[in-house]
Amino acid sequence: MAGVIRRQLDNGLTVLLKEQHSAPVISWWVLYRIGSRNERTGLTGISHWVEHMLFKGTEQFPGGQLDRLISREGGSWNAQTSMDYTAYYETMPADRIDLALRLEADRMVNARFEPDEVESERTVIISERQGAENSPLFWLGEEVRAAAFRVHGYHHEIIGDLTDLQTMTRDDLYQHYRRYYQPNNAIAVAVGDFNADAMLRRIEELYGAIPPGEPPQFFQRPEPEQVGERRVKVERPGNNQFLEVAYRAPAATHDDWFKLAILNSVLAGPSGMGGGAVDNKTSRLYKALVETELAVSVDGGLIPTIDPYLYDLTVTVRDGRTLEAVEAALDAEIERVRREPITAAELLKAKKQARALFAYSTERVTAQAFWLAFAENFESYTWFENYVPRLEAVTVDDVLDVARRYLRPQCRTVGWFIPTSGGDLDSLDDEE
Amino acid sequence: MAINGHSIPGPDTITRVVLDNGIVVLAYENFAAQSVVITGSLTAGALFEPAEQAGLASLTANALMRGTQHRDFAAIHSSLEDVGADLDLGAGVHTTNFNGKALAEDLPLLVDLLADVLRCPTFPPEQVERLRGEVITGLQYREHDTRYRANRAFREQLYPPHHPYHRGVRGTLQTVPQLTAADLAQFHRMTYGPSGMIVVVVGAVPAPEAVEIVRARLGDWRNPDQPPPPPLPEAPAPAEIRRTAVVVPGKTQSDIVLGVTGPSRLAEDYRAALLANSILGQFGMMGRIGETVREKQGLAYYAYSSLEGGHGPGPWSVTAGVNPANVQRAVDSIVAEIRRLISEPVSDEDLDDNKSYFTGHLPLQLESNEGIASSILNIETYQLGLDYLLKVRDQINALTKEDLLAAAQRYWNPDAFVLAVAGPQS
Repeated sequence: MAGVIRRQLDNGLTVLLKEQHSAPVISWWVLYRIGSRNERTGLTGISHWVEHMLFKGTEQFPGGQLDRLISREGGSWNAQTSMDYTAYYETMPADRIDLALRLEADRMVNARFEPDEVESERTVIISERQGAENSPLFWLGEEVRAAAFRVHGYHHEIIGDLTDLQTMTRDDLYQHYRRYYQPNNAIAVAVGDFNADAMLRRIEELYGAIPPGEPPQFFQRPEPEQVGERRVKVERPGNNQFLEVAYRAPAATHDDWFKLAILNSVLAGPSGMGGGAVDNKTSRLYKALVETELAVSVDGGLIPTIDPYLYDLTVTVRDGRTLEAVEAALDAEIERVRREPITAAELLKAKKQARALFAYSTERVTAQAFWLAFAENFESYTWFENYVPRLEAVTVDDVLDVARRYLRPQCRTVGWFIPTSGGDLDSLDDEE
Repeated sequence: MAINGHSIPGPDTITRVVLDNGIVVLAYENFAAQSVVITGSLTAGALFEPAEQAGLASLTANALMRGTQHRDFAAIHSSLEDVGADLDLGAGVHTTNFNGKALAEDLPLLVDLLADVLRCPTFPPEQVERLRGEVITGLQYREHDTRYRANRAFREQLYPPHHPYHRGVRGTLQTVPQLTAADLAQFHRMTYGPSGMIVVVVGAVPAPEAVEIVRARLGDWRNPDQPPPPPLPEAPAPAEIRRTAVVVPGKTQSDIVLGVTGPSRLAEDYRAALLANSILGQFGMMGRIGETVREKQGLAYYAYSSLEGGHGPGPWSVTAGVNPANVQRAVDSIVAEIRRLISEPVSDEDLDDNKSYFTGHLPLQLESNEGIASSILNIETYQLGLDYLLKVRDQINALTKEDLLAAAQRYWNPDAFVLAVAGPQS
């Protein structure tokens, strides 16, 4: 991508800047290299909870004032905790960006973690988890992940296990914050309507004096090789059956990741990058599962991750059909793509789709800034710059090769969501 | 008018053309990215469907892309997916809307397809059956979705049975199985047409070119039988507190919807209500309701208010997801905030902050092609004037505390509202 400037401040903070003057808007991101992948048992969900605590305020920006200040200036802000990182952003009218710069510099070190705020947030987070639990796909995804990873931190949900959310202490949270929220463990990105020299000077003023910390030690346990198919069932009240099939996938830095991305496009349709989506009604699995009226939808998911994660296929079974029949039809397509090369036309389509989705993702400064920070976290922002060229380089033979190596039954986990009959619904009305 | 030298769409930059058949085309150029979006609406909404055929408008809109006189299902979707483009159509109560996106070079292809599916759908019976099965599976899924169930129960209590807002646009497990391909074809023949249709194109295409692309494909469309939209029945405000509870087994959280009938987008006090709603349950981290229910008491991950305000008196409501044991506590807190909103004027700080938010947020809303297109569609739909985005700041700044109080008092009554709760047996 033309025009990305990369600087490292003396305290280790990585800064990426890209001027874009199409709209009077700037997006500012600060990403910390810490996510659920580095969490120990007993502390699962801690990265996400710490993220919540950073909205509770500092001396300079007391809780309740923060959101007021941002909103008053017409800004949007939020944060996200992933398996591989915790990131915060503000997108502001360009002439109001200084507030976001000051706010993030302040809460990099000065978040308060008041004990009563920790307690009130405990129930908010448990409520967030319980809200997610109301979806059958949450239960299925959690079980599939736990079965697919026995050792690696990817085995638990980002939100954490309920028991850990009930027992974690204020000190656990605060230690996590002190250990990982440091300039030398952070990536800061601005994209939008600014002058890069002036922006860099202001960032140095605000962030340059924050002392670096001990280089953080990351809790990491590599997952051993999978040596046989794993199967899980979830049985809960509901009306619908779901199938999730998850294959071990390579890390995002690996060339194979890009080959699998093309394969995913052919099998289940391309993944959006923020800014616009492309449907999957001409994909192989849609034809094999939905057009045959076995299923009502199929989705493929291949997330760029630091460590090898999963390539998963999720299917909603059509009313009156069985999980066995859907799985058999899916297997037949997987076998086909491992037996015969995809067509040149399929390859071309997948590449054009990638070009379009990439173009859509660059429309908004928020999405661009996200991708730069995200890619820098596991490799370099150039991963995002080179995204389309690396996909362009994939050949028909490459796709056959990754299909054979990654889509093996021995390295997959199959999950079934089986609705139980407790699904009768009552309606109780009374008026007063 | 400009912000930092960037122009805000207005009469000088939005091209507006009325085609001979009545279609209003609006085009706005944005060369910042190589993409283009097309969005718009037709008057063919669920208003036209009888209650026993609930879901007809929606199924018709969803079936348009299942086959036309010129393209079968595969050809329709290949033409889009081969070039990384997308097109969606869906019905609401008042209108059927479409949204498309493509690389700028593919706009003619996108409009070709849009015109074909709108004008020449064939509703192939086997495709309609397939789609129906998908819709039914979706409806079954929603039976177990607490948020959806609370919302549906809320609407059924708030609006009388003959009112179109009483029922869901997607239909029910009773009505959808009865709809036939012939019903869809008839609904299409009767309600689809150029009268009242709006098309907005925003992106890296010169505006005159965009208008001609639309004119060439939709300019000769005629439907002499197209009827005007039927009038909306009265929707009286609740006269007492009406509670309804839906038990959804196996869930860990309950969803609450509490509310009243609100203003339409065209109501004089709509903007005052919008600002009052922001203070109640939007601003910052979900306004006053977020402050008490989430921040102070830790009862919920989400607790916010919303004001629908479309063509008719849509709901003004509060939504929260809480542990089943905390439902009453959350409801009491919400009602207390509503009492406060109607009994005392908001503070100067609340008023200023919220005005500043609405006026300051404009550049962010107008950052993407989708954002610009939806603003322009809104302007045309509600006849706000092409200079709307230029003057809205002054209109918001002119609002007073008394305006907000009067709007809140007009719609809310803490002793008369609908409360719907969906969750596990408590």
